[in-house]
Amino acid sequence: MNRYIHNEEIFMNRRVAYYQGCSLEGLAHEFDTSTREVCAALGIELVEIPDWNCCGSTPAHSLDPVLSAALSARNLAIAVQEGADVVMTPCPGCLKSLKGSLEVYHDQDERQKFLDILGMPFDGKVKAISVLQLLYEDVGPDAIRKRVVRPLTDHALVPYYGCLLSRPAHFAQFDDPENPISMDRLMEAVGASVPDFPYKTECCGATYGVTRNEIVGKLSGRILDMALRVGAEAVAVACPLCQQNLDLRQGQLNRQWKRNFDIPVVYITQIIGLALGIDPRKLGLHKLFVDAGVLLEKRGPETTQAAQ
Amino acid sequence: MRIGVFVCQCGTNIAGTVDTEEVARRTLMLPDVVYATSYMYTCSEPGQKEIQQAISEHNLQGVVVAACSPRMHEPTFRRAVERAGLNRYMFEMANIREHVSWIGLDREANTRKACDLVEMAVAKLRYNQPLFSSKVPIHKKVLVIGGGVAGIQAALDCAEGGLDVLLVEKKTSIGGKMAQLDKTFPTVDCSSCILGPKMVDVSQKENITLLANSEVENISGYVGNFKVDVRKKATYVDWSACTGCGACIEKCPSRKVPDTFNEELGKARAINIPFPQAIPKKAAIRREYCLHFTKGKCGICKKICPVEAVNYEMEDEIITEDVGAIIVATGYDLFDHSVYGEYGGGRYPDVISGLQYERILSASGPYGGHIKRPSDGKEPRDIVFIACVGSRDASVDRPYCSGVCCMYIAKQAILTKDHVPESNSYVFYMDIRSPGKNYDEFVRRAQEEYGVQYIRGRVGKIYPRGDRMVVQGADTLLGVQVEVEADLVVLATGVESASGSRELAEKLRISYDQYGFYMESHPKLRPVETNTAGVYLAGVCQGPKDIPASVAQGSAAAAKVQALFARDTIETNPQVALVNERACISCGKCIQVCPYQAIQWKELRGGDRKAEVLPSVCQGCGLCNATCPCKAIQLLHATDNQILAEVNELFG
Repeated sequence: MNRYIHNEEIFMNRRVAYYQGCSLEGLAHEFDTSTREVCAALGIELVEIPDWNCCGSTPAHSLDPVLSAALSARNLAIAVQEGADVVMTPCPGCLKSLKGSLEVYHDQDERQKFLDILGMPFDGKVKAISVLQLLYEDVGPDAIRKRVVRPLTDHALVPYYGCLLSRPAHFAQFDDPENPISMDRLMEAVGASVPDFPYKTECCGATYGVTRNEIVGKLSGRILDMALRVGAEAVAVACPLCQQNLDLRQGQLNRQWKRNFDIPVVYITQIIGLALGIDPRKLGLHKLFVDAGVLLEKRGPETTQAAQ
Repeated sequence: MRIGVFVCQCGTNIAGTVDTEEVARRTLMLPDVVYATSYMYTCSEPGQKEIQQAISEHNLQGVVVAACSPRMHEPTFRRAVERAGLNRYMFEMANIREHVSWIGLDREANTRKACDLVEMAVAKLRYNQPLFSSKVPIHKKVLVIGGGVAGIQAALDCAEGGLDVLLVEKKTSIGGKMAQLDKTFPTVDCSSCILGPKMVDVSQKENITLLANSEVENISGYVGNFKVDVRKKATYVDWSACTGCGACIEKCPSRKVPDTFNEELGKARAINIPFPQAIPKKAAIRREYCLHFTKGKCGICKKICPVEAVNYEMEDEIITEDVGAIIVATGYDLFDHSVYGEYGGGRYPDVISGLQYERILSASGPYGGHIKRPSDGKEPRDIVFIACVGSRDASVDRPYCSGVCCMYIAKQAILTKDHVPESNSYVFYMDIRSPGKNYDEFVRRAQEEYGVQYIRGRVGKIYPRGDRMVVQGADTLLGVQVEVEADLVVLATGVESASGSRELAEKLRISYDQYGFYMESHPKLRPVETNTAGVYLAGVCQGPKDIPASVAQGSAAAAKVQALFARDTIETNPQVALVNERACISCGKCIQVCPYQAIQWKELRGGDRKAEVLPSVCQGCGLCNATCPCKAIQLLHATDNQILAEVNELFG
């Protein structure tokens, strides 16, 4: 699975181009800060792409795939100019757009039109990956395990991957499309217990939150229900939209469906950051809607003994 | 040379995009061509008659037919010219259908290309020489590879006709997948009860030599005269002495060996007989689990054996045999469902394959024929069957239909109701494919008499809830999402080509499709022949099929062998290499490159030696021809002059 040798020498002091995207400037600000903190702690230098622009998101490619591909490719082209061979973005939506532009570039029929619109030199020799892929494949669970200073022992966490991180399989080229395990392994590496979570790739409702909120309520509610049923105390995510649907809307859910959900929904980078001993405020833990203080409780054999 | 050219229209197949009249007109202007015409169906009887008439009327010495691929009709036209008194090798074919009309729409360009191809054929024909076959005797013994039901049927039918049969089986017993089945659809008769007697027949027929636990290592030669090397793998038990008493199995202390016959639902011993009806019923040691081999101690079986059959020093043995024909019946493997993460990826013990459920149902299976689930041995009440697991799914590179799953699910659901009357069975399906005789009626019985719930839709997720499995899917007829809580989930795992099928195909020099199934010579009209003369196919190795079709194909392959062996001799192919001794410089390179050992030294008077081709062994591959530094070896009917004439015609 892992294409990289897990050797500290290799990823230490590595430079990776960083594409932040709009979500991480807004509601998902803590995903940005925690990503930066974790990468810095692991010795990965993130170089923000200068003058980056919109990836096109959903509207652009539904209107014109080639135009949209050229729009997001501008970010890749700048990154290449800056000497990068890998562009990392935490947002799966941005990742989809960046990968989409590479796909259009590699389509012989579309390439010329695409390059004409782009108007910049571009050779397609750049890879777009998610922060999850960077942590799982480039760094690897073993290397992270070695750096844990505050293990999340006896915390039961479930991973929620959503729809885009591993799918469609030929596009994502990452993890198992139907039963992804990368977050599972990373959370196990930081000491957490990870129950089998059947709904790890079920739909959260995505952008229906804007137009048909009740659908999101129903779908996200099922996911949270299942998380509680398998005994999780928090849900780990790696997507701003998933996080928003599961976290921000818990209040709405509770009002609408007369429930009393109160389960933190935390970014995987925040979880790893906590285990690496980074200050929770720097990781933006206080910015979550459902309080994630439970993750700061110290547990494990010593604590249990003391209680006895 | 007086040459006649016949341009076939093939109805509209060729004439649709090639101006055949124009091709004939232009061809007539070529030197030596004295007659050219275009005809609707040259391969038809009147078409052939026209060729024969032209030969006699115009005193033709050579004939070119521009039509389909020579694979299709070269033999037809060779026979036609032969009947008119020409040598069959004074004939050339230009392929203007597969190579021209079917692949291009530009009529003008197609016509030009067709003319080029005809001109090349004419250029070659000018250098053609009459060639004559010789006759060689046929080894009237047939090799059958694979002892499943198709191979068994083929072996028995050949033996019945008085032929000597060599049956090679990879496992320690014949029987194949059918021996693992409990009942068969649509008659629900006991699989081992109908297969068992056939297996016994194999062991009792005097003219069948059964080599179990053996694999074909190497094959050389050609139709009528193959030479095969079979590796008889060491069993560490002398089978001529072993009585199959089973005393060694009882005492073997290595008890955690995966029971492959029971699809790993139970445990076997390191020394084992796979099932009670095994043929031959002889014990064999699995070296990787045997304490004697892994730890260097034990030796209990050797001590206990009443006939002293255990021999730890046994080694693989290579047996070489001459056979005249080969029937390939190597069967299939089951699709590995662990690639489907949504079905648990093999993590859940109560999500099992169709063949595992077959073993659970079987009275000789791991649970003695009582339906229990593997996790805790409880009798399941709610059972979900999921169709098309590893079939009709391009995302796992299995776009084809396995053909048997719809039927075996219906059978298993019926049997489940028989075993556990208060059980409920649910089937998630895409379409029901039941085109055989009495098949659709059988599926209806499952639905109507046995109350099996058929839900049309795919399953998106299976996960545990308590000690049960939740199956989440869609009912596309009602347009709703459904959820079934089940005690046991049976995946109707599909069929894929047997592991090693590609390697065997390369040894046999037969072709296979992208999924590893062997290619028949013609999908409709030559269903058991391969493109290698003397090699025939039977059973699922050619493509997914059920038991009746496998048996029919086994019999058909046997009939083909009987027809081949009805003659005493076989005509050799005269398109072989020939050495011009005056040009040969005795370098010996041709001897080194020949893959068939068809070239040897010939001593001349005065101590000189020259290369000599054995025409009966030469396969006409042309390697020696390409290697010879002074072009002293020529491949007849594809000489350098002939090939150069074609090339010059095209570019000159």
